[in-house]
Amino acid sequence: MMPQQPAIKAKLEQEILLLQGFKPLTADPVRAIDIGPIAQSFPFQQFPTGGIHEFLISDPSDDACTTAFIAGILAHLMRAGGAVIWITGSKKLFPPAFKQFGIEPDRLILIDLRKEKEALWVMEEALQYPGLAAVVGELNNIDFTASRRLQLAVEKSRVTGFILRTVQRRINTIAAVARWQVTSLPSESADGLPGVSFPRWKVDLLRVRNGRTGSWTVQWQSGGFRFPQAPALGQLPAVPLPATKLPASNKKTG
Amino acid sequence: MARRYVSIWFRFLQADYCALRQPALRSGPFVLASPDHGRMMVRAVNAAALQAGIEAGITVADARTIYAAVEVRDDDPALVDSLLQRLAAWCIRFTPVSAIDGAEGLLLDVSGCAHLWGGEAAYLHDLVQRLQQLGFTVQASMADTIGAAWAMARFTQHPTIVPAGGHIEALQGLPPEALRLEPATTARLRQLGLRRIKRFLSMPRAVLQRRFGTHFLLRLDQALGTATETLTPIQAPAPFEERLPCLEPIVTATGIEMAIEQLLTSLCKRLEQEGKGIRQAVLKAFRVDGAIEQIAIGTHRASLHVAHLFKLFALKIDQVEPALGIELFLLEAVKVEAVEPLQEKIWEGSGGLDDTGLSELIDRLSNRIDINQIHRFAPAEQYWPEWSFRDAPALHGRLPDAWSASRRRPLTLLYQPAPIQVAAPVPDYPPILFRYKGQVHNIKKADGPERIEQAWWLQTGEHRDYYVVEDEAGKRYWVFRSGHYDAHNKTQWYLHGFFA
Repeated sequence: MMPQQPAIKAKLEQEILLLQGFKPLTADPVRAIDIGPIAQSFPFQQFPTGGIHEFLISDPSDDACTTAFIAGILAHLMRAGGAVIWITGSKKLFPPAFKQFGIEPDRLILIDLRKEKEALWVMEEALQYPGLAAVVGELNNIDFTASRRLQLAVEKSRVTGFILRTVQRRINTIAAVARWQVTSLPSESADGLPGVSFPRWKVDLLRVRNGRTGSWTVQWQSGGFRFPQAPALGQLPAVPLPATKLPASNKKTG
Repeated sequence: MARRYVSIWFRFLQADYCALRQPALRSGPFVLASPDHGRMMVRAVNAAALQAGIEAGITVADARTIYAAVEVRDDDPALVDSLLQRLAAWCIRFTPVSAIDGAEGLLLDVSGCAHLWGGEAAYLHDLVQRLQQLGFTVQASMADTIGAAWAMARFTQHPTIVPAGGHIEALQGLPPEALRLEPATTARLRQLGLRRIKRFLSMPRAVLQRRFGTHFLLRLDQALGTATETLTPIQAPAPFEERLPCLEPIVTATGIEMAIEQLLTSLCKRLEQEGKGIRQAVLKAFRVDGAIEQIAIGTHRASLHVAHLFKLFALKIDQVEPALGIELFLLEAVKVEAVEPLQEKIWEGSGGLDDTGLSELIDRLSNRIDINQIHRFAPAEQYWPEWSFRDAPALHGRLPDAWSASRRRPLTLLYQPAPIQVAAPVPDYPPILFRYKGQVHNIKKADGPERIEQAWWLQTGEHRDYYVVEDEAGKRYWVFRSGHYDAHNKTQWYLHGFFA
C-alpha cells in the first residue's frame, strides 16, 4: 500500500480542486496561456481561466504596467477569436497601443462607467455570457458579497474576469483565484545600449487559491512574456501576506 | 386597385363642440366670436343661427340686429386644429389612412376597408351614425377621387355613395364651387353663365387654361381622376404592428409580461416571413382611463429572437403604470432591417464580435446604461495620437483600415496633454528631469525624438517632438516639446502618456 500513497494523495487533491471550482484545461494549445514559470504557482500548473483575478494598484503610476500585463494575458485569451469587454472608470486607455500586445484594438469593447454600482452590474451581466474571451473591470470598492456574485457567474460561464483595484489604504478580501500586483522596473538593454529597452515589470502573486505565492521579473519582448534571470528578484520565496495591508516592500518598489 | 375615398364635412364643428360642453346652448342660436381690429367678429355659428340668417364673418353687432337674443361665446382659434386631429385619430378605427382636410373636414382613404362592414353603404352609414352619436353634424360621401368625394359631401344632402367609375357623371350637375376653386375663379365662371360643371366639362382644355389658369385645370383633373392627388395621413401606418385587446383590464406585471410575449411571438413570426428583424420597437399600453403608457427598446442588429427581445422589455416593465388597468396592447416595430438567418447560425456562440449573443448582451447593457458609454474604436487617419482613433460605426463588421503597431505607443494616454516643467541641457535633447503634479522625476534613459506633425489640412499649431523617457523608479513616460526650441521664448513641454 505504501508506494501508492502519493498517487492517492495527488488524486484526492485533484478531486478537492474540482470540488472547489478548479477545472483542468484541455490540452488545447490555443487556450493555454503562456506565462512561463508563473504557471507553476497555480493548481494544475496552468493559469486559471474561468476565474476572477484581482490586480492591486497601490500607486497610480503603476496603472499602465498592470494594464500591459493584463493585455499580454488577454492576447492569449483572445486567440480563439473572442471579444473582450473592458469597463473603464477613471482611466483613459489608448486603444491603438493594444496592437503592440497582440490585441486587435477593435475587438475590445470599452465601457466608460463612473458609477461603481453600474460597473458592477455590467461586469456581472458580461461575465454571465460565455461567448466572451474575458471581462476587465475597474472596481475599486468592491465588497466580498459582490465579488462572490462575480465568482458564481464565472463558474457557470468559464469566462475569465479581471478586477483592477486602485487601493490606497485598506484592502478587503474578495473572492478571487489570485491577487496580483504589477510594478514597473527599470528596463535593461542587452550590451548596455542607450535608450529605453523592453518594458520590464515586477509581478507579485500576493495570494493564490490552492497555490503558492511568488514574485517574478517579467519582460515584454517580441510579443510574449520573457523571464530574465535577475539575481535579486528571481523567484524569491514568498511570504504569505496579511489581508489588511500592503507589504512595505511593495510600496518601495512602486 | 381602384381607390375609394370618403370626405367628411363637419358643418358646425366648433358650435357642435361648444354645445356638447354647454348643453344649455343647444336650444337657441349662438355664435362664437373673437375680437379683430376692435370689433367682435363672428367666427362660427350653429345651425339655428344659420337658419336665422347669421353667417360667419359678420360682426357681433350685425348678428344682434338680425337676431336679438343670439348667445355669444368666445372663440378659441386653436380648437379647430386639435378637434380635427382628435377626430382624425378617432377615424383610424375605420381606416388606417385618415387625414385632415382644410378647416372643417376630414379625408379618409377607405380602399379595401368597406367590405369589413359588409359593403360601402353599411360602412358609410356606420361612420356617419357614430359621428352623429358623438354630437357632430356631419355630411359624408364616398367616391373614386378626393375631389369628387369632397364635392359630393358638401353639395348633396344625404350620405352619398358615388359608385365606382360614376364620379364624372355625379359631378355634372354640381356648381363650380364644388371643384375647390379660388373665389375669384368661381365668380368669373358664374359671370360667364357657367353655373354647372357640365357646362364647361366638354370645353377644349386650351381654352379653359387660357381663361382660368392652370390651377383650375388641376382641380378639374383631380376631381375627374386624371391627375393624382395624395393625402397626408395624420399618422403614418406602421406596417409591422400587432395588437392585443384584453377582455379584462390588465393590472399585474405578469399580465403585461404575457402580453409582451404573445405580441413578440406573432410579430417575429410575421417579420421572419419577410426576412426582417427588429431594430427598434415600442410597446404601447392603452389604459382604461384613456392614457397611453409606452416603453421602447432598441437593438444593435436586427433581431428576431423572441426570448432576447422579451428580456429587453422585461427590464422596463416596471416603468408601465397600469393604474385602473390596460385594455389594449400595441406592439410596433418602429425600425426594421433585413436579417440573414443563415449567417446568424454560423456565428452563434463563436465569441467574436459577429456573435449574436454578444450583440444581445450589449443590447441588454445599453437598455440600462447610456449607449454613448459603450465604445468600440476604429483607427482614424490622423497623426496626432489623441485623434488617431474614433468610434467605430457599429459593434460588428470589419473595419476599413488596419491598426498600425510600427511605433511605440503608451497604453494610457492623457486626452489633454498635461503641461510639465522640465530641465533640458542642450536644445533638441531629451530633458534630464521633469516635474509633474509636484513630483520631480529624474530621467535615466530616453529615446527620441519622434516628430509628429499636425495634418497639413488643419495646420494651425506647432509640431510635437516626442520622447520616451524612463525615470529612476523605472516608470516610463511619453513627453513632448511643442514646436522648435527657441532661446528667447520658452517652449512648453507636455506629458502625454504612460508606457507599460
